[in-house]
Amino acid sequence: MFDLLGTNLSSRLLLGTAQYPSPAILADAVKAARTSVVTVSLRREMAGGRAGEQFWSLIRSLGVKILPNTAGCHSVKEAVTTAKMAREVFGTNWIKLEVIGNHDTLQPDVFGLIEAARILCEDGFAVFPYTTDDLVVAERLLGAGCKVLMPWCAPIGSALGPINIMALRSMRGHFPGVPLIVDAGLGRPSHAATVMELGFDAVLLNTAVAKAADPVCMARAFGKAVEAGREAFCSGMIEPRDVAVPSTPTIGRAVFS
Amino acid sequence: MRLTVNGEAHELAATTLAELLAALDYEGDWLATAVNSDLVHKAKRAEFQLSDGDRIEILSPMQGG
Repeated sequence: MFDLLGTNLSSRLLLGTAQYPSPAILADAVKAARTSVVTVSLRREMAGGRAGEQFWSLIRSLGVKILPNTAGCHSVKEAVTTAKMAREVFGTNWIKLEVIGNHDTLQPDVFGLIEAARILCEDGFAVFPYTTDDLVVAERLLGAGCKVLMPWCAPIGSALGPINIMALRSMRGHFPGVPLIVDAGLGRPSHAATVMELGFDAVLLNTAVAKAADPVCMARAFGKAVEAGREAFCSGMIEPRDVAVPSTPTIGRAVFS
Repeated sequence: MRLTVNGEAHELAATTLAELLAALDYEGDWLATAVNSDLVHKAKRAEFQLSDGDRIEILSPMQGG
């Protein structure tokens, strides 16, 4: 079990719900990954429409914890209002806080992120900030009241994987007691295993599963990779060496010449 | 009254947010509402008085990552 802000979770893989070929495939992917948290959003409803109802009904049927997001928000005001609307609809004080600062990279506006985080934490939210791997920003987010951090490992949807291992390792080292969830940029199960081997507590991803040729199978693969990475981290990995060292004992070997 | 609902201009006789939702056939516990970028709680919609030129957002659960 994984204790995340007082909630016991059975999985360290958090899954987004966007871009799947169908609602049925989304549901099967969530089950195959054995994830216990899914990310959802809020968007404009059509007059007389019932799209939101159908999606919400599907998500509730999965029996998983909901992590609403403020995706697409570019200002503090937008993010704060969206978070409050999400709390009312989804009935949770958890919020994945996004305040986007750049259209090309979708990297966070870290200044707005800190300001929005402070407002929402003071209002009783458990803020999951989508942030960069910058240590100073991380410090400020913790100072604003965040109890968990979600650094990117690469731009959203890029599938590049951890492009700055040193920064992620440094973040893990600086905040040993803070739950750290890598969010965004993962492309392959091996990427998930890598960040988990670094000691991250969980990963959140969406596109790599939803856009795979077989999303359900890929969800299962990511679930296994996250578990494998965590077990490796907890097992104490050996350090790499520059020289060969025989693994078979040399004492007692036969001599034929 | 001239109102902007989810980005579209409307001319409506509704005076409260609840009346607006009914007039445009919005219903359900899964909707969230904001007027001029501020949340209006579900329980406050019936008493929330609209003003000419208000901007109303009506949101519902959607896929997200």
